[in-house]
Amino acid sequence: METLAKTQQKKSAKPLRKVTGAEAVILSLLKEGVDTLFGYPGGAIMPVYDALYHYQDRLNHILVRHEQGASHAAEGYARVTQKTGVCIATSGPGATNLVTGIADAMIDSTPMVCITGQVHKSLLGTDAFQETDIIGITMPVCKWNYQITHAGEIPEVMAKAFYLANSGRPGPVVIDISKNAQLEEVDFTYNKCRSIRSYFPKQMPKESSIIAAAEIINHAQRPLILAGHGILLSGAQQVFRKFVEKSGIPAGSTLLGLSALPTRHPNYVGMLGMHGNYAPNLKTNEADVIIAVGMRFDDRVTGNLKTYAKQATVIHIEIDPSEINKNVKADIPIIADAKCALEELLQRISPKKYPEWMREFGMAKEIEHREIIGPSTAPCKGPIKMAEVVARLSEMTEGKAILTTDVGQHQMIGARYYAFDETDSWVTSGGLGTMGFALPAAFGAKVGRPEKEVVALIGDGSFQMTLQELATIKQTGIPIKIIILNNRFLGMVRQWQELFFEKRYSFTEMDNPEFTQISKGFGIPAEKIEKREELAAAMKRMLDSKESYLLEIMVEKEDNVFPMVPTGSCVSKVRLK
Amino acid sequence: MDTTYTITVFSENNPGLLNRITSIFNRRKMNLESVTTSRSEVIGVHRYNFVVYSRQLLVEKVVAQINKQVEVIRTYWSLDYEIIHRELALIKVLNRPGIEEGILSLANRYQAKLLRKEKEYFVIELSAVESQIDSLFYELEPYGICEFTRSGRIAVNQNMDHLNDYLLSLDSEIKTA
Repeated sequence: METLAKTQQKKSAKPLRKVTGAEAVILSLLKEGVDTLFGYPGGAIMPVYDALYHYQDRLNHILVRHEQGASHAAEGYARVTQKTGVCIATSGPGATNLVTGIADAMIDSTPMVCITGQVHKSLLGTDAFQETDIIGITMPVCKWNYQITHAGEIPEVMAKAFYLANSGRPGPVVIDISKNAQLEEVDFTYNKCRSIRSYFPKQMPKESSIIAAAEIINHAQRPLILAGHGILLSGAQQVFRKFVEKSGIPAGSTLLGLSALPTRHPNYVGMLGMHGNYAPNLKTNEADVIIAVGMRFDDRVTGNLKTYAKQATVIHIEIDPSEINKNVKADIPIIADAKCALEELLQRISPKKYPEWMREFGMAKEIEHREIIGPSTAPCKGPIKMAEVVARLSEMTEGKAILTTDVGQHQMIGARYYAFDETDSWVTSGGLGTMGFALPAAFGAKVGRPEKEVVALIGDGSFQMTLQELATIKQTGIPIKIIILNNRFLGMVRQWQELFFEKRYSFTEMDNPEFTQISKGFGIPAEKIEKREELAAAMKRMLDSKESYLLEIMVEKEDNVFPMVPTGSCVSKVRLK
Repeated sequence: MDTTYTITVFSENNPGLLNRITSIFNRRKMNLESVTTSRSEVIGVHRYNFVVYSRQLLVEKVVAQINKQVEVIRTYWSLDYEIIHRELALIKVLNRPGIEEGILSLANRYQAKLLRKEKEYFVIELSAVESQIDSLFYELEPYGICEFTRSGRIAVNQNMDHLNDYLLSLDSEIKTA
């Protein structure tokens, strides 16, 4: 493919020294090792798209159908590769459509660089066509943002953007580039950013804190590990596993920490929080030591803070100092990257076993199995249950697929019943709880990890938020598998209405379109099943398909997700029904 | 217990940062009693003074969140006894026959300056702690205040920490990292 630079060289027949700002953007992406970007063109970003035209051999641009899809796809890509996801959009509505994804990436610590076009600098602040103050709009929901108004700034700002997005606690960075800056010429030299005076992304753990923490861990009687997203983000999976195995401590996981430790690991005791497992919630308030690793004590994990783990000595390993003491007081704060801290701690802890304590977890697990897991995953009669679909999927993929979800009942069921065997295989919208996340995140993840089976587990409500991305999937030929768990309700809201609003189902029932017809209309094979006996064969057809495939499964209409820690309740008062 | 806290922020001098910081107060529904911004003793480093009436626990959390902002170099909070602080007030009082002596004596008592005397008005300048400015305001009120404005709080530390030393330590940390 002929590059823009080559075209210009030919014209001038002189060695190229200058490039346009637009080409400088593309060259910066290449310097940062970017291979894929998700985007949608428009007026104010056209020069960059024109430059991109000449670099199609090196940059895979995926044309989405709505900019929200671009931002979620970039998130999906980032979450499974740990590389920075990149999305690109035009000014005004293009930029504002990215905002949900930016906020989502911020709260779920996902490295992302968003490039937005902006009107010519002479028009800034004049309410020009498709002008919006995206810097002002995204300020509270991104790690950093910057508006470039002359081409000379591009290399340095792009370098800073990539450095910030994927260092320390990762997050989204927004770079807004005025049209004149894209058109101006610049001498392109690129130096990667390696430090910023006011920014310390990676602090080494204090030796005194490590010694104190190890001492407490070594003398603990009933310790519990809370494994968070930080383990995945810092690449600490191996050392975490060694830490768990050497210390013998039971480990629960946050929603975003799932897959850091295989679900079937003997020390893994389940998910924490509102719809987590019975044992880890119950035992949180019985543990004498809590070791929180790369997690932020989100309200969905803690329930009522006034009654949360008051008896425990809390060791909190966290890279972001502002998370220390934010929700739960840390007795031993360790401000560090999870991997560094765990490596240090691993040296100082003694090998131990807690047979009695583990037995208590086993007993609680048995109760949950008897009351909830068994009847949900292997019902003999009645409509198909969401849990049995996920359990079957887990079995058929041997826990090795990447699962993406939206938010709600299907998400909690996915988190609870998929037995993750491989790391980085759970991509969900945790903090923001974004409906419409799963479908674009799934093709983003598939582009990042093409060798993996990627399954988007979606609710009927969520699917209708971003279903236009089926066109992206079709056009690019990215083969993903889509399961719609259709209960014809906004299930989680309905569950709350049933439990807390005396069954007043206020606008949660859905008269849905025929999803399989929609899918086929987009050129993606689809089928719909309603009977239990059809499930295994239909799922096999879906998994065997070489191309994308949509399977709609009609599930029990008014199924509830249990256990449940209702909002504001004590975590140990977890309800089984 | 709620009390007055001065939150001092040193940052790179970039546009938009004030907005980013104030949105952190906003999210916590913390009312800013006053805000001042200026350069600091180090070229290129900007200084903000925020005054809030709040609880220590909340102030600590907000300070940590401000510190986290990429371009913020350093943030800390202080209680009033830990700093030397002042506000500047300009008070325009109507000039009427027979009041000059009273005004001048009041200004004297507060060590305020008569900045301007015109046929229609006096302008009094007072640099003092907030409570003294309030007090002078109330005493002048009966004379007829026709304009009043005050700056936010500016403050320096009682201790001898130097920003320059801190910046040097940051530079050496970067080099060793």
